[in-house]
Amino acid sequence: MTLALKTTDLTKTFDIGKRLIGPPRAQVRAVHPVSLDVKTGETLGIVGESGCGKSTLARMLVGLTPPTSGTIEIEGKALDRADPAAFGRLIQYVFQDPVSSLNPRKTIRQIMEVPLRLLHGLRGRALDARIAELFDAVNLRPEFLTRYPHEFSGGQAQRIGIARALAASPRILILDEPVSALDVSVQAQVLNLLAELKTEFNLTYLFISHDLAVVEAVSDRIAVLYFGSVVETGPAEKVFAAPRHPYTKLLADSAPVVGRPLGGAQSGELPDPLNPPPGCAFAGRCPRASDLCRRDVPELRAVEGDQFAACHHPLES
Amino acid sequence: MSLFLRLLFRNRLAGFGAVVLGAIVVLALLTPVLPLHPPNATNTANRFLRPLSEGHMLGTDHLGRDLLSRLLWGTRLSLAVGFAAALIAGLAGAAIGVIAGYFGGRTDNVTMRGVDMLMAFPYILLALAIVAVLGPGLLNALIAVAVVNIPFFARNIRGVTVGIAHREFIDAAKLAGMGHTRILLTEVVPNIVPVVVIAMSTTIGWMILETAGLSFLGLGSQPPQADLGSMLGEARSALITAPHTSIVPGVMILLIVMSVNLLGDGIRDALDPRLRSGALARPMATTRVERASTPAPRADGLLRIDDLETQFQIGKRVYRAVNKVSLDLRPGECLGLIGESGSGKSVTALSVMGLVASPPGVITGGAVRLEGRDLIGAPYELLRSLRGRKVAYIFQDPLSTLHPLYRIGDQLIEAIRVHEPVSHAEAHKRAVRLLEDVRIPNAAARAKAYPHELSGGMRQRVGIAMALANDPDIIIADEPTTALDVTVQAQILALLSDLRRERGLAILFITHDFGVVGQLCDRVAVMYGGRIVESGPTADVLAAPAHPYTKRLIACVPELGAGRRVLAAIPGLPPAVDDLPPGCAFAPRCHKAQDACRKGEIDLQGAERQVRCLFPEMAQ
Repeated sequence: MTLALKTTDLTKTFDIGKRLIGPPRAQVRAVHPVSLDVKTGETLGIVGESGCGKSTLARMLVGLTPPTSGTIEIEGKALDRADPAAFGRLIQYVFQDPVSSLNPRKTIRQIMEVPLRLLHGLRGRALDARIAELFDAVNLRPEFLTRYPHEFSGGQAQRIGIARALAASPRILILDEPVSALDVSVQAQVLNLLAELKTEFNLTYLFISHDLAVVEAVSDRIAVLYFGSVVETGPAEKVFAAPRHPYTKLLADSAPVVGRPLGGAQSGELPDPLNPPPGCAFAGRCPRASDLCRRDVPELRAVEGDQFAACHHPLES
Repeated sequence: MSLFLRLLFRNRLAGFGAVVLGAIVVLALLTPVLPLHPPNATNTANRFLRPLSEGHMLGTDHLGRDLLSRLLWGTRLSLAVGFAAALIAGLAGAAIGVIAGYFGGRTDNVTMRGVDMLMAFPYILLALAIVAVLGPGLLNALIAVAVVNIPFFARNIRGVTVGIAHREFIDAAKLAGMGHTRILLTEVVPNIVPVVVIAMSTTIGWMILETAGLSFLGLGSQPPQADLGSMLGEARSALITAPHTSIVPGVMILLIVMSVNLLGDGIRDALDPRLRSGALARPMATTRVERASTPAPRADGLLRIDDLETQFQIGKRVYRAVNKVSLDLRPGECLGLIGESGSGKSVTALSVMGLVASPPGVITGGAVRLEGRDLIGAPYELLRSLRGRKVAYIFQDPLSTLHPLYRIGDQLIEAIRVHEPVSHAEAHKRAVRLLEDVRIPNAAARAKAYPHELSGGMRQRVGIAMALANDPDIIIADEPTTALDVTVQAQILALLSDLRRERGLAILFITHDFGVVGQLCDRVAVMYGGRIVESGPTADVLAAPAHPYTKRLIACVPELGAGRRVLAAIPGLPPAVDDLPPGCAFAPRCHKAQDACRKGEIDLQGAERQVRCLFPEMAQ
């Protein structure tokens, strides 16, 4: 198995209150050192709550946000945007808000043509044929091409967004909350479509979501993010069924499930990013926290087999 | 385009401006071919002829030149200079604004500080200084007026561009291999063109005035060339003896500037999407009611909704958002109302207290009875006294329902004192107690916080405290946890569940999440296309859904703990409520649909367990 994507100690720090000259007033660490790898053909699900750094991480992987430190390797080579065309053919991004990711002043055809022309140099009849093929792949009718984005519902717009990403013929697709703006009946359509496309085009997915059940349904492996750090990784069927990190367990218990009493109603919130605590960021909410947790940041290490947790006192299975 | 013209001419004043300006422009364009005296031919024997003299319709000036001819030639020149200046200022300003806004950071800082410096001078002083450096002349006056107006455009356009540069389609363009120049030209610029046009149309009159001002001072057009400003300037010395020489160009300036401004305002209103959708129309205090008859009360209950119909009437289209919905809420009960977006669940909830915005919302039928009293069409004073005291709402986004400029404690105090005449100190004590009731730690200190200082979960707790402020009997919660993280959602749901038990509250809980309904609600009603398709005790409905829509919707939702799998999807899209099919709204997506499903009304059948389907699912 080759690696499609590998990050080593990737971090991102944002400056708060920039000044014309001199250092900024404060800094926020959005992503703490994150090391992840995604195998070719795999779907890695990334799950976390708002403010955990999952979107920042995803944007760094496609070069939209420059990392503060650390390295990103795509198919064994360091991330390199020197040739935007070559980079665009390697990795693409599907955005959360399908309507805002389409330029309101362009027709769908104009939107679809851009990656085909710039990344693959297609013109004329070959271009039309490729657009027809892509629209067929995402189950959209060709007459949509002459319309403008505001004429579409969320589910249709998201299919267009996926078709545009596929137009680049990428090998890796970063999906940033691709279904969270959609209704459940449409969400299932889009998730199934993504699964079909993955087999059809041999894609590797990085699937980001805050919805545990959705992530579990589509992923091979899952990484749980909390406060900018990976706190647990493991196979999809194990992470929520037998969580090792107390935060993963809290997440799993909080998800509303029919027939289960209201649970996980533990108080507590994310720490203040401007004033992060020493040690484990979850210690303040954790029933198992000890003095060690409040002092030392736990490293991500193997708990059992391929399940990793960044915890001093991991849960037993 | 035809929509734009229709909107423009709906505004009478703008239409008037367009006609007047059009006539002036046509006259100015035709000037060279009209049979006029040469504008610069002097004839001192005939100086200061009054208007309507033989051969000189508007009279002559101090050198005996024909005023009509000079007026038309002068108008031609002034219009041309005004338009040119607006175009130059608009293009240069837009270029600066787009570049500053798109690149941001240091580029933005440096350019915008330069623009600020330009703005720091009074405009006429700056224009005078520019003309003083370049020397007098019409072209130099044009340059001066254009430069003076660049900052206005630059700042305006920069603001708009900053908003666009952070939109996701710009990121998508970068990933599609576009360079900065191409992104600026093909992605950003088309989106700011309307703003530039609006800004130009509202400033062009101003620029004509400024040019006239410079010419009046002798810095613009040079004799004998006529423009409106220089005509005024030359007529100044004869203001008393021959007032018509001043009045003629003066009236023309007035007409041009007035018509340009009226038209400009019209263009702005017609192009602004917010104004187009009627967002600035002031909604009425309660929803408009156009009800033919009142349905007879069916049974007693705390809150009974009978055959409620709420529509949105926009132009010729009628959106039947709520279509004969009946619900009843018993004391201390939690009723879940579940549906996808556009199914009418929120509009149902808002109709209860007449909170649907009118226009375009109209309640066209049904009754809402609170303890037997019909609220539809009730006077505003009565609704106002019930809102918050008997029926309180909790909304999805607490950040937009709390006032950003007041401390949360003060907002709670206000909510208490609206309904009860208690002292400020007493109200404050109760506010803190409410915050404690919704388990906000350190309540007394948090009462002094502003909404933006709290996290989403804490803000929603404040929203709940606001709803509880006057001890209502009923709480209508419209997706109160949708914007929250899953761990926070669990906290809020547990809180609502406890409060309900402690205070005997009845809750109408609106959501799209079956998991939430399953954990919190006693009964559930499922909405689709503005109608209730199924209702019953939560456990029964979830375990054995009778309507195919409910059954398949439940199957769509991935459940935690089942591992990787293919999900059951419902093909097709929910119906548009302005174009509902006859018969069952779900028929086009239903695998069991027969011909009978596609015609005629289908009634909700059953008593405790109701379903609107001809071929309901059988319980296994």
